[in-house]
Amino acid sequence: MLRYILKRLLHGLITVWFIATATFIAMHAVPGDPLSGEKAMTPEIRRNLEAKYGLDKPVVDQYRIFLVNMAKGDFGISYTQQNREVNDIIREGFPVSATLGILAIVFAALGGVLLGALTATYRNRLPDVVIMFLVILGISVPSFVFAALGQLALVKINAWSGFTLFPVAGWGTVMHMVVPSLVLGLGTMAYLTRLMRSSMLEVTNTDYVRTARSKGLPPARIFLKHQLRNAILPVVTVLGPAIAAITTGGFVVELVFAIPGLGRYFVQAVQQLDYTVIMGTTVFYGAFLVLMVIIVDIVYGLIDPRVRLKA
Amino acid sequence: MHLPTAAEQGSTRSAGRSLLWLSVGAAGLFVLLLWVLGFLSGMTGGGARNSGPGVDFRHNSIALAASQEPPQLDSTRTSDQVSNFVLGHIMEGLLRQDEHDEVVAGVAESWEVRADGATFHLRENARWSDGKPVTAHDFVFAWRLVVDPATAATYASLLFPIRNAEAIIAGKMPPESLGVVATNDRQLDVLFERPVPYFAKLAAFTTLFPVREDFFRSRNGSYAANAEDLLFNGPFRLARWEHDASFRFEKNELYWDKQRVKLAAVDVPYITTDSNATLNLYRDGKIAMVGQSPGLGSESLKQALISGWPIYQMRDGSVWYLQLNFRPERLTRNRNLRKALQLVVDRGEYVYKVLKTPGYVPAASVFPVWLQGAEKKFRQEYPAPEITVDVTEARRYLALAKQELGLAEWPPLVFLCDDTPSSSKQAEYFQTVFKEKLGLEVRIDRQIFKQRIAKMQAGEFDIVSAGWGPDYDDPLTFGDLFASWNPNNHGEYKNPELDRWVRTAQETVDPHARMAAFGEIQRIMIEDAAVITTYERGQSYVQDPRLKGVVRRTIGIDPDFSNAYLEPN
Repeated sequence: MLRYILKRLLHGLITVWFIATATFIAMHAVPGDPLSGEKAMTPEIRRNLEAKYGLDKPVVDQYRIFLVNMAKGDFGISYTQQNREVNDIIREGFPVSATLGILAIVFAALGGVLLGALTATYRNRLPDVVIMFLVILGISVPSFVFAALGQLALVKINAWSGFTLFPVAGWGTVMHMVVPSLVLGLGTMAYLTRLMRSSMLEVTNTDYVRTARSKGLPPARIFLKHQLRNAILPVVTVLGPAIAAITTGGFVVELVFAIPGLGRYFVQAVQQLDYTVIMGTTVFYGAFLVLMVIIVDIVYGLIDPRVRLKA
Repeated sequence: MHLPTAAEQGSTRSAGRSLLWLSVGAAGLFVLLLWVLGFLSGMTGGGARNSGPGVDFRHNSIALAASQEPPQLDSTRTSDQVSNFVLGHIMEGLLRQDEHDEVVAGVAESWEVRADGATFHLRENARWSDGKPVTAHDFVFAWRLVVDPATAATYASLLFPIRNAEAIIAGKMPPESLGVVATNDRQLDVLFERPVPYFAKLAAFTTLFPVREDFFRSRNGSYAANAEDLLFNGPFRLARWEHDASFRFEKNELYWDKQRVKLAAVDVPYITTDSNATLNLYRDGKIAMVGQSPGLGSESLKQALISGWPIYQMRDGSVWYLQLNFRPERLTRNRNLRKALQLVVDRGEYVYKVLKTPGYVPAASVFPVWLQGAEKKFRQEYPAPEITVDVTEARRYLALAKQELGLAEWPPLVFLCDDTPSSSKQAEYFQTVFKEKLGLEVRIDRQIFKQRIAKMQAGEFDIVSAGWGPDYDDPLTFGDLFASWNPNNHGEYKNPELDRWVRTAQETVDPHARMAAFGEIQRIMIEDAAVITTYERGQSYVQDPRLKGVVRRTIGIDPDFSNAYLEPN
C-alpha cells in the first residue's frame, strides 16, 4: 500500500513537471509580454523593467531559474500586482475558492446521490420524470446563467421581503456562501444524479441484490448496504477530478458574486500574460488535480473490496 | 407498462423512507459544514462582513464596487486608474486639483514656477498619519525613487523635464543628481532641464506624491504591500485593505484641511469586473454608483435606462484614431492613399450610427476639444481644418496612388484590431466603407489584447485602431504623440517639420507661442493624413441622487469623494 502511494506520488511529480514545462513553453511562445500595455514605454524605462524581472536573460536561463525557484516553492512576484508574491495570492485566494468549492461539491455529491437513488427507486414515475427533466436542464445550462439568475432572484426576494437574508454579492459570512455554492454545485449535481441513477439501476438487477432479497433481508437494509453502497462507486471515481475542477474553476461564479477567490486568476493572468501568476496557478492546480486523483484511487480501494492496490 | 408487484411496492416504500431520512441527514450535514466553514472563513477574510447600504446616513458613509484590486499603491511606481483613485484619496502632493480642476495648494501653501525651475513652500501643519510633519525631504526621496533605474517606474517619463532625470533613468547618473533640493524642511527647489509651463499641474500628479524615507526603509521592500505598509497624508486613510476582496477609506483626522472632508468613510466591499453584478448591487441598494470606472457598457446602460436610474455622463479625455503604418514596405506610406482613406471616413456616421454610445463625440483632431489653450479652449483658438466626405475626390487620390505605386491591383490592407465584440464591429465598419467607396479590400486581423499590442509595436499592420488618454493636463501629451522619437508612434511617422514644432512646444514658455506650435502640429497631421481621428470617448455612469459633490475628472483623481456629502431627497 505504502509503496503504491509512493509510486503514484513520484508519477504525480513527473506529471506536474511536465505541466509546468509545457505551460512555460506555450506562455513564452505567445506573442507579447507581461510588460506591454496600451501605452508604450521609452526604451530606457522598458530596459529597467526587464532587468528588474529578469526578462533580459535568455529564455533558457529564465526556465532554469524558474525550475530552481519552483523546487523551493517560490513562484516570484506578480507582474500585475507588483507588491504581491504569487504564493501570497494563492495563499489568500485558495482558501476562499476551496470553501466555496467544498460546499459546492458536498451539495453536489449529497444531492446527486440522493436524487439519483430517488429517481432509480421511482423509475418511470412522477419524481423520476420531473427530476430527470431538471437534470437535463442542469447539465445543459452553463453556470454563468445560473449565477446571473440566482443573483437576480436574490435582488427580487430582498426587494419583496424588505430584508436581506442572503446578500446579493460579497464574501465574509455564512450567508454570503449559500447561494454561490449552490449555483456552483448545480451542474455537477445534475451530472452525478444521472450517473447515480444508471448505476443504481444496474445494481438493482445484480445477483447479490436478488440473493439478499430472497434471503428475506429487510428492504431498508438491502437498499442501504447492498444497493447504495455499490452504486456509489462510479460517483466516487468522478468526484476527485470534480473537486479539483470546482475548487479552482469557479471563475464565473466568483466574478458574479464578487468573491475574492483564486478562480479569476486563471483567466486574468493569461489575458495579461502575467508570467509568474500563470506558472504559479497552473502548477498549483496541476498538483492539486494529481493529488485528488491519487486520493480517489486510494479511497476506491477502501470502499470497493474488488480493488486491491498494488505497486 | 410494467406494473409493480406488491413486494416491489413494499421495497420502494421502504427505500423511499430511507431516502427521506438520508435527505434530512444530508441537509443537516450541509448546514453543519456551512457553519464550520463560516467560522473558519472568519480567519480567511472577506470584506462584505459588515457592509451597509450604498448610501448610509447613519454612519455618514457610502459603499462602492471596484472593478479590480488596486495593483500598485506605491505612488512612485503606480500607473493604473484604480490605484490612482485610491492614492488620490489617501495621499496628497505638493498641489492638488480642486472641484473646478484648478490647481490649488496642497502640502505646499505657496509656489512659483519659472522657466528654469520651481520653488514650493510647504505648510507647517501637513502631517503624516503617524503625526510627523510632511517635509521637503519626503518629496526629494520620492522623486529620486521614481527615476532610480532599480525602481523601474513606468511613469518615470513624467519627470523627464527635471534636470538629469533622463540620464538617471538611463543609468548614466546616480539618482542623487536629480534636480530637486530640499533647501530646508519646508522649502523644495526644483531645477528644470527645459521649461515646463505645466509643472504646477504635474505637481498634483500621483507619481510626484511624497514618500517618507525612514518608513519606506522600515518596510524592507514591502512598502505599500498592505494597508499597514503605508503612511497617509491625504483626506482619508486606508483603514482596511483585504486583497482582492475589499478596501475602505476613513476620514483622516490629521489632514490639514479636514473640514473640507464631509464623508466619514468610503467603503469598497466588492471587487468584480462583472457589470451585471454591480447593476444588481445597485438595485439592491448596496452601492452608491455603477459604472464609475470603466463606464457603463451598452447593455448595462440599457438596463439603467429601463430602471429609470439617474444617468450621468463624463468625458474620459481619450482620443481614438486609425493609426497608419509608415514603414518603408507599407502602402499606407503613400500620401495619396492616405488622403483617399481620410476623405471617405464619415465620423458623424461612425459615432452616431455605428458606435451609438452616449457621450462619444466625433474627433476632428488628435487634440481633443476639452484641452485648454492660451486663453480659451485650444480648439477654439485653433479650429481643426475641416475634412468633409468626398468620394469623387477620394477616388482621384486613389487612382494617383495606384499610379505612383505602380500597382495593377490593390492588395488587401491589413486592419489590426482587438478581438472584443465592439472592436470587431468597428473594424468591420471600416472594412465596408473602404470596400464600398473605394473598392479596397481590407483584411481584418483580430488579436487578443497582448498580441495586438505586440503586433502594433512590431509594425505588422497597415491600419490599427488605437487611442490615447492624456498623462497630464497640457496639449503636449497629445502634441508629441507623432514625434519621430515617441515610442507610441507605432506607425513610425517621421516628419521633420512636425518634430521641429514639437521641439518648439517643449522649449517655449510663452503660452501663445506654444499654442501656435500645437496649431501647426494639428494642421500638419490633418493635411498629411498622418492619422485618421475617429472619436473622443465618453462614459456614462449611475449615481445615487442622495450622494452629492462627487467630482469627476478627465485627468487626475477620478472619481474624487473628498468633497462629497450625503443629502436626503
